[in-house]
Amino acid sequence: MAKRVGIEVSIAIAEAAKLARSEVIPAYPITPQTHIVEHLSEFVASGELDAEFIPVESEHAAMSCCCGSSAAGARTFTSSSSQGLSLMSEILYIPSTMRLPIVMVVANRALSAPISIWNDHQDIMVQRDIGWIQTFAENGQEAFDLTLHAFRVAEDRRVSLPMIVNIDGFTLSHVIEPIEILSQEEVDGYLPPFKPRYKLDPKKPITMGPVGIPEVYTEAKMAHSEAIKASKRVIIKAWQEFADMFGRQYNPVETYRCEDADVMLVTMGSISETAMTAVDKMREAGQQVGLVRIRLWRPFPSQEFRRAAGKAKVLAVIDRCLPPGAVCGPVGAELRSLFYKVPGSPKIFSFVAGLGGRDVTVERFEEIVDKARAYAKKRPRELFEVIGVREK
Amino acid sequence: MMGKKDLKTYAENTWCPGCGNFGILNALMASIEDLNEEDGIEPERFVLASGIGCHAKIVDYVNVNSFYSIHGRVAPTISGIKLANPELVVIGHAGDGDAYGEGIAHLIFAAKRNINVTFIVHDNRVYGLTTGQFTPTSPTGFKGRSTPKGSPEEPFNPLELLLSAGATFVARGYTAHMKRLTALIKAAVRHHGFSFIEVLQPCFTFFNTYKFYNEQVYDLFDKGHDPKDLGAALEMAREWSYGMDGRVATGIFYQVQKPTYEERLLGERIPVGMNPGRLEAVLKAHT
Ligand SMILES: Cc1ncc(C[n+]2csc(CCOP(=O)(O)OP(=O)(O)O)c2C)c(N)n1
Ligand code: SF4
Ligand SMILES: [Mg+2]
Repeated sequence: MAKRVGIEVSIAIAEAAKLARSEVIPAYPITPQTHIVEHLSEFVASGELDAEFIPVESEHAAMSCCCGSSAAGARTFTSSSSQGLSLMSEILYIPSTMRLPIVMVVANRALSAPISIWNDHQDIMVQRDIGWIQTFAENGQEAFDLTLHAFRVAEDRRVSLPMIVNIDGFTLSHVIEPIEILSQEEVDGYLPPFKPRYKLDPKKPITMGPVGIPEVYTEAKMAHSEAIKASKRVIIKAWQEFADMFGRQYNPVETYRCEDADVMLVTMGSISETAMTAVDKMREAGQQVGLVRIRLWRPFPSQEFRRAAGKAKVLAVIDRCLPPGAVCGPVGAELRSLFYKVPGSPKIFSFVAGLGGRDVTVERFEEIVDKARAYAKKRPRELFEVIGVREK
Repeated sequence: MMGKKDLKTYAENTWCPGCGNFGILNALMASIEDLNEEDGIEPERFVLASGIGCHAKIVDYVNVNSFYSIHGRVAPTISGIKLANPELVVIGHAGDGDAYGEGIAHLIFAAKRNINVTFIVHDNRVYGLTTGQFTPTSPTGFKGRSTPKGSPEEPFNPLELLLSAGATFVARGYTAHMKRLTALIKAAVRHHGFSFIEVLQPCFTFFNTYKFYNEQVYDLFDKGHDPKDLGAALEMAREWSYGMDGRVATGIFYQVQKPTYEERLLGERIPVGMNPGRLEAVLKAHT
């Protein structure tokens, strides 16, 4: 097995896209995603990667270009963030229902206004229902591994759906971590060549993306919905195979010290690592606290989540996104509906933290747990609470 | 009377030393000062808007009303401001990535409509803020961060494009020629219609073009160019096609009078006026 090397996470992701033998990479620069595609453009320029790198004029163009290249049968990769991802919005719904297996890494970043280049999950939560498979990485190794996994799953003929790997901007994209970079042989063993189910082929002409008249639109959407639900098995199996081959096991939902925990924190992305430290500290002080991390966000792993967290008395859910005027953050809302009227289900409290690069410290997690315990005794007035707001 | 001091803000300037943006900032401040003195335009009537990029920081550095918009959307933002209150003097600042890449459609339509605003492009021929990728005006073969083998595309010529799109004032300036740039900005603001100034702005860090421009830039005025002649303007615009050779003309290429968009749309009507009385009443009602 290969040695771990100290490498910037963005470069590791570029390595993954290279090892995956990406064939077309249309991209537009935006902080904090830029390093990923820049490194890919260097690999293409140096001949290390036999691919087309297309530096397009906007993200709208980038995603449109991705649709075209994937439809033509090329393994397609891109990356974006924040405003750029938003500008792709119009196109994002298209490859998913059209079943084009594009892989995109999103370096999560806040949305304007006010202008912020720093990390939170608002950009991706806007795109919650685009119908792409979505995972969240917690650290650099995961970012690398999940990128490879994404190609494997997206292109599986039983799935044939585009896939996003979310990595936290700056806190992951710009840090150097010890990462095991797999060899080309190893990756080739895991990821077979792309054989699309349908493609634009002059020998077998087909029409892609025709009008969905009222008689077929619902069925097309339903087919998409069924496909993403069914993809879960392939996602899990591809992780299992990854573990068998390379020794690192991933699951849709991960637990940390949840045995006998009455309060469980729920997180997604890189803050999970701080949350683990917080759990350790609280455990040392004798508290029965655990952590549940959601790695697979779409399709939402309902059974796995219920199994992991169903025994808790209290769930303290952390959203990195504030939807003004909503009942609570998207992850909180998801879990409340998941447990709606399930007998004996935990009480769910929703917290918003870590917006626009604000640190979520160990102390903040402790505060959240304390509050959740108190709210379990006396219902709070509000359905969610923003943590760490400066009063002065 | 106002001075340069009044136009400064407390914002720390974070442009790299030697950046061409300083030339634009100084010319802009001098223009606002002169327009105040010579035309009686109060500083309160100016509104600056920017895209996103190094150029955009200019709105933080000038003490007048400003709107920091998003990447590529300067033209619709200033169009909205102008249509709501035609009494305002509206100046848009865009980068070349901003104006000619992400936001090109908006620029063409603003010119086509002949809305009475000034649009200044800080053309460093590179994406400055995202650290050095090629843009629509980078020369062929430009080795940027996204084109390590060199850009495989021909640059396009913004002057030719804007002339064809119907802009009624088309000019080119150079940041190292501060006095002439100031004169261009003043003329653009005074022009009644869509004024477009393409400013050659060397990026000291990612695309240092000073030497080339210092050697090649000349003034159209010295050539006796007639700015009313569209054919001659197009010919002059085509003289240099954004490569790294050939003579580079600056000055006013074209200027004609045509009805503006707000005149056609609003006539004499002013949807939101400069009416301090009303503002006071509003403030009172809310305190
Ligand atoms: C929709 C969107 N995509 C990408 C970006 C990232 N971005 C910020 S500034 C910039 C380019 C700036 O280049 P230019 O407009 O030439 O301005 P300069 O920095 O050179 O002044 C880009 C791509 C963004 N802010 N919004
Ligand atoms: S990167 Fe270039 S454009 Fe940006 S401030 Fe520095 S010199 Fe100026
Ligand atoms: Mg630029």
